[in-house]
Amino acid sequence: MNLLVPTLVLIPLISAGITLLSPRNRLFQQTVTAGALISIAVISVILMIQVDIEGALSISVGGWAAPFGIALVVDRISAILVGVSALVLLGVYYFSAGQGLADGDKEAPLSIYAPTYLVLGAGVNNAFIAGDLFNLYVGFEILLVASYVLITLGGTAQRINAGIIYIVVSLLSSILFLTTIGLIYGATGTVNMADLSLKLGDIDASLYTSLNILLLVAFGIKAAVFPLAFWLPDSYPTAPAPVTAVFAGLLTKVGVYAIIRTQTLLFRESELNTLLAVLAAITMVVGILGAVAQLDIKRMLSFVLVSHIGYLIFGIAIDTEAGYSATTFYIVHHIVVQTTLFIAVGLIERRAATTSLIQLGGLLKIAPLVAVITFLPLLNLGGIPPFSGFIGKVALFEAATAKTGTLMYLLMGVGAFVSLVTLYVLARAWAIAFWRPMAEAKVDYDADRFAHLQSSPEIETNNDPRNIPRIMTGAAVFMVILSLSLTVFAGPLYAYASRAGANLADPQQYIEKVLGGTDGGSKVGDNGE
Amino acid sequence: MMSVVLLIAMVVMYASGFYLMMDRSLTRILLGFILAGNATNLLIFMMSGSFGKAPIVGNDDTRDYSDPLPQAFILTAIVITFGITAFILALMYRSWFLDKANEDTVLVDEEDKEIALTTETITLEEVLDTEVEQSHEFQDSDSETDSAV
Repeated sequence: MNLLVPTLVLIPLISAGITLLSPRNRLFQQTVTAGALISIAVISVILMIQVDIEGALSISVGGWAAPFGIALVVDRISAILVGVSALVLLGVYYFSAGQGLADGDKEAPLSIYAPTYLVLGAGVNNAFIAGDLFNLYVGFEILLVASYVLITLGGTAQRINAGIIYIVVSLLSSILFLTTIGLIYGATGTVNMADLSLKLGDIDASLYTSLNILLLVAFGIKAAVFPLAFWLPDSYPTAPAPVTAVFAGLLTKVGVYAIIRTQTLLFRESELNTLLAVLAAITMVVGILGAVAQLDIKRMLSFVLVSHIGYLIFGIAIDTEAGYSATTFYIVHHIVVQTTLFIAVGLIERRAATTSLIQLGGLLKIAPLVAVITFLPLLNLGGIPPFSGFIGKVALFEAATAKTGTLMYLLMGVGAFVSLVTLYVLARAWAIAFWRPMAEAKVDYDADRFAHLQSSPEIETNNDPRNIPRIMTGAAVFMVILSLSLTVFAGPLYAYASRAGANLADPQQYIEKVLGGTDGGSKVGDNGE
Repeated sequence: MMSVVLLIAMVVMYASGFYLMMDRSLTRILLGFILAGNATNLLIFMMSGSFGKAPIVGNDDTRDYSDPLPQAFILTAIVITFGITAFILALMYRSWFLDKANEDTVLVDEEDKEIALTTETITLEEVLDTEVEQSHEFQDSDSETDSAV
C-alpha cells in the first residue's frame, strides 16, 4: 500500500512526458491527461480509506532511511487534499479542453497546455505528500514553474506583464523558503519534518521564533495572506479562465497547507498564533473591501479569494483540534467552490465577451443555465445554510467559542461580517450580470477611463459573444455537483476532517510512522530513483 | 578564515541580489535572482559545518566525510535556478519582442497610478447611478416575458 504513495507524483509526471510524444494529437493528449487525473483520484480515495484505518503511510524513496532519505508521507489531510485537487483538476481540464476545441487552440495551445497542466498537478501532489522541507520546496518549485508557463500562456503583452509580477514575487518567496531551509538545517541538522518536530523544540527560543517567522513569510506570500497578498489580484485575472480557476483553487491552498504543517508539526510551541489571528482578521476585511470596489468580476473574485484565505488562517490561529478540523473542512470546501465560481465566470466571459460589471447585463435570458451554475456556488461561498460554506464557518466559529478570549470573539465578529459582505458583493455581481436588462448595460461607457480596471481588455475585445460548447457546460455542471456533494456528504466529510484535525493537533502518530516506519515494505529499493 | 570569506561573499551577493530584484528592468531582476539564488547555495553550504572533504566515499568511518545532504540540496537548487533562469530569459525575449520601445522593463501598474493621482475612488454605484434612476432594476419589463434560451 505504501507503494501507492509515490505514484501520486509519478503518474502525472510520466503522463506529462507521454502527452509530449504526440503534441498535435488532441484526442491522445486528452485521453492521457484524463486517465492520469482519474487514476490519481482513485488512488487518493484508496489512500484516504487506508490512512483512515491504519494511520499515516510513509515511504522512504531511494532506500535511505527516514531522517536522511526523501520521505513521502500521506496522512488524513494530505490524502483528502490530493483527492479533492485531482477532482478539481479533472473538472477544469475538461472545461479547458472544451474551450480549446471551440477556439482552435488560440487561448490554450494544447500541445504544451496538457503537459504543463499535468506537471502542475505533480507539483501540487508532491507538496501535499512531502515528508521533508526540502522535498516540499521541490514540490513548490515544480508547481510554480508550471504556473509560470500557464500564467503567460499565449504570450500576449497583457499576460506577460501580469506574469512578471507573479513570477518575481514567487521567486522572492522561493529564495526566502530555501534560505530558511538552510538555516533550519544549520540549527538542527535535519530537514525531515517529523524529525524537526522533535528537534526544533531544543533550539534557542529567539532563533525558534525567527525561523518560524521566516517560514510563515515564505508561505504567507504563496497563500496570499495580508500584507503579502498584493500580487494576487494583479496577476490571476489575466490568465485564461481555466488557469485562473486552478490557480485560485489550488495554489494558494498549497501555501495554506504548508502553514498548517509549519504550525502543527514543525513549530508546535509557536508564539505567533496571536499574530496569525490578527493577520487573519485583516486579510478577511481588506480582501473583501477590495472586492467591493472592483468593476470586473474576475478581479472581484480574486479579492474574495484573498479574503477567504483569512478564514483558513483564522482556523489555524485557533490552534485547537476543533480549529484544525474546521480548517481542513474549509480548505476542501474553498478549493471546490472558488474553482467553480471562476469556471462559472469563464462561462460568463464566453457568453458575453466581457467580465466587466459595467458592460454585463441581461444574461438570464440568454443563458439561464449559466445563471444557475453561478448562483449555487455564490450562495455556497457566501455561507448561506445549508451549503458547505455555512457548515465550515459554523465549525470555525464553534472552535473559536470553545477557545474563548476577546480576540477569538473579535475574529468571529469579523468573520460573520465578512461573510455577509461576501454575499453582498457576489449577489450584486450576479444581479447586475444576469438580472439587469441588457438595455441598462453600458457597453461603451467611457471605456478609456475604466480600461485599466478590466482584467484583460486586450484579449476580451478580440472575443465575440459565442455559444458555449457543451463540454464546457458539462465541466461546469460537474464542478457544481462536486461542490453540492460537499454539502450532501458533509456529515462523513466533517467526521473525516475531525479525525484529520485530531492528527494535526497531536502529530505523535505522524512522527512515529515516519521515523519508526521501518516495518514491512516501507522502503523501496533504489529502483524509484 | 575560509568561512569568513564565504560569509562576506554571501552577504554581498544577497544584498546586491535583492537590490537588483527591486529594479524595473527584467535583465536586472534576472541578475538579481541569480545572485540571490547562489547566495542561498552558499548559505546552505556553510550550514553543513565542516567542509572540504568529499561526501560519501567508500564505506569507511563517517568522520572522513563532509555532510552530503547540503551538497545534495545545493545540487538540486542549482538545477532549479538554472531552469528558471532559462524561462525568464525566454520571457524577457518575449517581452522585448512585444514592446521594443519599452525595452525590457516591467510596465507601470495603471491602477496603482490612478490611485496615486486621485483621491476620489470610482465605485460601481457611481458608474451606474446616472441610469439607475430611470431604470427598473430587478423588475421584469414587458420585453422579458418571452423566455428565449
